[in-house]
Amino acid sequence: MRVLVAVKFVPDLQSQRSFTDGLVTRVAEDGSMNELDENAVEAALQLVEAQGDGEVYALTVGGPDAVAAVRKALQLGATYAIHVNDGAIAGSDVFGTAAVLAAAIRKVNAEAPLDLVITGMAALDGLTSMLPTALAVELGWSQLTFASKLEVAAGEATIVRHLPDAYETVAAPLPAVVSVTDEANKPRYPNFKLIMAARTKPVTVWTLADIGVDPASVGAAASRTTVIDASPRPPRADRTIVTDTGEAGTALADFLIGRGLA
Amino acid sequence: MIAAVLVEHRDGVVAQPSLEALTLARSVGVPVAVWLGASPSAEAVALLGQYGATDVRVVDAELRVVAHAADALRAASDDAELVLVVSTFVNKEIVTRMALATGAGVVVDAAGAERIDGHIETTQTVFAATWNVRTRINTERAIVAIRPNTTTAKVADERTAPTVTTLAVALPTAREAIVDIARVAPPEGIPLAEAPVVVSGGRGTGGDYTLVRDLADLLGGAVGASRDATDEGWISHEHMVGQTGTTVTPALYVACGISGAVHHRGGMQASGTIVAVNMDPDAPIFDIADFGVVGSLFDVLPQAIERIKAHRAAS
Repeated sequence: MRVLVAVKFVPDLQSQRSFTDGLVTRVAEDGSMNELDENAVEAALQLVEAQGDGEVYALTVGGPDAVAAVRKALQLGATYAIHVNDGAIAGSDVFGTAAVLAAAIRKVNAEAPLDLVITGMAALDGLTSMLPTALAVELGWSQLTFASKLEVAAGEATIVRHLPDAYETVAAPLPAVVSVTDEANKPRYPNFKLIMAARTKPVTVWTLADIGVDPASVGAAASRTTVIDASPRPPRADRTIVTDTGEAGTALADFLIGRGLA
Repeated sequence: MIAAVLVEHRDGVVAQPSLEALTLARSVGVPVAVWLGASPSAEAVALLGQYGATDVRVVDAELRVVAHAADALRAASDDAELVLVVSTFVNKEIVTRMALATGAGVVVDAAGAERIDGHIETTQTVFAATWNVRTRINTERAIVAIRPNTTTAKVADERTAPTVTTLAVALPTAREAIVDIARVAPPEGIPLAEAPVVVSGGRGTGGDYTLVRDLADLLGGAVGASRDATDEGWISHEHMVGQTGTTVTPALYVACGISGAVHHRGGMQASGTIVAVNMDPDAPIFDIADFGVVGSLFDVLPQAIERIKAHRAAS
């Protein structure tokens, strides 16, 4: 079983997240692997462990700091790490990012065929959830997205999608792009041995030229959307916090009535 | 300019966010409704007409496979400069496929859209609703996934009897096959994502949602929950408010016994008015509450419920 996990470097949720010139500010000390990607790494490791052999590739796209995302995947147990790092990628929209990831995946696949690409359900910065679908289309592989359960057997993957109106079971032939939700598994914690080993594991670095992507086809200039204004929202005004001494329920009701909400 | 709206419907009933999307579509162009699935009833068509739809384009087929739904939506909106859908996980997947096939630019989770200098521009909040962002769609064709409760649905001044057209769409063989569908019963009352009021309970409920439900019922709202509560199995996953559950933007959000972890705040921080009741004065939920009570929800909610009932009885 050969599985590739696509992971993303995102600003830490607890940090002061911001925009610079219409792009998400990404700095090493306040960033890490997208938390929901831990479910993707876990799903890949479980599949390989169940089979008894195989490899897990961790792949990321982004500037120099993004290497932290694949390092985290190595700490969790990924076998190999690849970082596509090229200045021309900055400002890419989801379609540009998917094209770069797909080119890198095709290069790995050419060495020996992959069975699956697994991603998280969303990146906790943009939260668009569009990338897994775009990647499946770019690769021409099966799209098995938003999986809360994943099983692989006999050249086929089967997932369960928990949608508002139904639990949908979807099956498709390999290779497939699977995105897993945070219901799919409980990610493991990296152990000391893996953390130490991850420090010295090599990370393969590719440029766009290495994977045959025309720099003009990606980046901010090729993006179909442009952030033209970004500003922090003003904090809520006139806030009231009371400590209950027996009357706070009434005060709460009066607040709602006063605002026409009750 | 044609602005096509993908209509959300369940058991043939049009969902409120689609009426909001039609209202928004009217402000941008000529609204056309796209209906995927078993043909709409005369009532549904009339309702879409009330909200301004001039055409209702129907693709009457089973379209649960994302690739099929994308092909159908594309065929039914090929003359539209703007396609509006409600921002759901499935719709985000559908529009991604459609965008790759048409070259359209996409913004999801938008709170608004307008046409400026020949381009669609959208507004939205990001980073757990701490930033406002305006985005320009650079391409000629635009797709916008709009969040529920961000536009007030209004009937059109001029109501039309829409023309209903049924399209035959040739669907290619997809790699994916849906092998089982286990239906989930529709939520009692108003769906969480669409509710004008959400009352949520977390760890502080200890699993007892009676008071949370009572207040939600009284205010005409839906019941939400934190990740803690759904993980405990106190309430089903459909109720989870948060970045990986349902994102809500009601006029009023009442958080009961919820500390306000960043994942939860990201799913509700853009709500109109936020009220919090929590025992812990240091709970982060108080940082974003318009009105906060440090206290027990078991003391505070019954008193608030009585006061609201008394107020209503007196007025």
